[in-house]
Amino acid sequence: MKVTLRGVRGSIPTTSPHMSHYGGNTSCAIVSEEDRILVMDGGSGMQQFNLPEGTGMNRVDILLTHLHLDHIQGLGFFIPFFNPENDIHIWGPASTTNSLHARLSRYLSPPLFPVQLRELPCKLTLHEIENSSFAIGPFTIESRFVIHPGPTVGFRVSNGRSVFTYIPDHEPALGANGLLTDTKWLSGFDLAVNADLLLHDAQYSYQQYPSKKGWGHSSMDDAAKFASLAGVKHLLLAHHDPAHTDAQLDELFADLKKRKNYSFNYELAAEGMQINLP
Amino acid sequence: MPAYAIEIILNRQLADCLSMPVFITDTAGNLIFYNEPAEKVLGTRFEETGEMKVETWSTIFKQQDDEGNLLPPDSLPLVRTIKDQTPNHKTFWIVSMLGKTEKISVTAYPIIGRAGNFLGAVAIFWQVKDAS
Ligand SMILES: [Zn+2]
Ligand SMILES: [Zn+2]
Repeated sequence: MKVTLRGVRGSIPTTSPHMSHYGGNTSCAIVSEEDRILVMDGGSGMQQFNLPEGTGMNRVDILLTHLHLDHIQGLGFFIPFFNPENDIHIWGPASTTNSLHARLSRYLSPPLFPVQLRELPCKLTLHEIENSSFAIGPFTIESRFVIHPGPTVGFRVSNGRSVFTYIPDHEPALGANGLLTDTKWLSGFDLAVNADLLLHDAQYSYQQYPSKKGWGHSSMDDAAKFASLAGVKHLLLAHHDPAHTDAQLDELFADLKKRKNYSFNYELAAEGMQINLP
Repeated sequence: MPAYAIEIILNRQLADCLSMPVFITDTAGNLIFYNEPAEKVLGTRFEETGEMKVETWSTIFKQQDDEGNLLPPDSLPLVRTIKDQTPNHKTFWIVSMLGKTEKISVTAYPIIGRAGNFLGAVAIFWQVKDAS
């Protein structure tokens, strides 16, 4: 299974040259194995992605963690939507009120966007998920609701040999006492336990987090502690704050490494990064 | 052991911030969490007891009406909430194992998650200031 990061910025895309190393595109990662492709989230990192030509591949599955704009703003510019040959599936969290189609259509319809969801020429199927298990080609996937405003899930993707866990927006430390170390009481734990690779929200520094409590995101410290409690082997800190430059991110990460001594591998997620898992 | 649903986790996180005694049970009535004010009511610490089976924690108090008659379990708000998955409220007397008697109101509500499924129940105890 190959994991390629196409967008790791949080909240809003950035274009500053001082942010070009970690990248300015919002949440999107491609997971591929054999002839199957999963697109994790539809942030601005989704633009310019296309199915490989001449391979006969025409199916792609988009897995949305939630419908905040930074996770769906790339959908309108997703090239495979505009090819009638393509069979595209969108999996996204159910809400208690409106259908996934109705909620996605709030963005993919005038006046916010000129094309409506039902006008897309591809074959499009929507799947509402909650705490679900499902299979797509060689992948088995678990989704679980996690702590973040509005219905939001994380994903645990397995190819039978390796596990990639994707939780870009998550605030497990919400509450009076921060992260609960009894893992039964840890949001997202089942998704991340013993994962080979975890991409996790780490928007804030530990100094910033107290003033952002309840906004739905994690500090770098809490993301690392969460990964440690879950026994993760490799952690990618992601959903970088749109105000943090490359230099600031490097500084915050160096400070984290100085203060915390975790034995697993952890690093800042950067756009373009590719990780091969067995 | 798998983690609790986030609806349960968030109820605990909220209970941690409240000054009212809060008890959280699973769908079978086992006590899976109680906050610090509830520790004072129970006379035990969550840190020490951990979760308590329904058989254990339901014997910690006796419930009585104003005349001192024992109340049947089915008339208690939390028992009803677990059974019917509806909110319930009642004022009555509790007698602790040490013989301490106190008038309380109990509000119980079911935790029905996003997927519409019943995940557990919450009981809030209100101490009633009674002149008698
Ligand atoms: Zn986000
Ligand atoms: Zn979000």
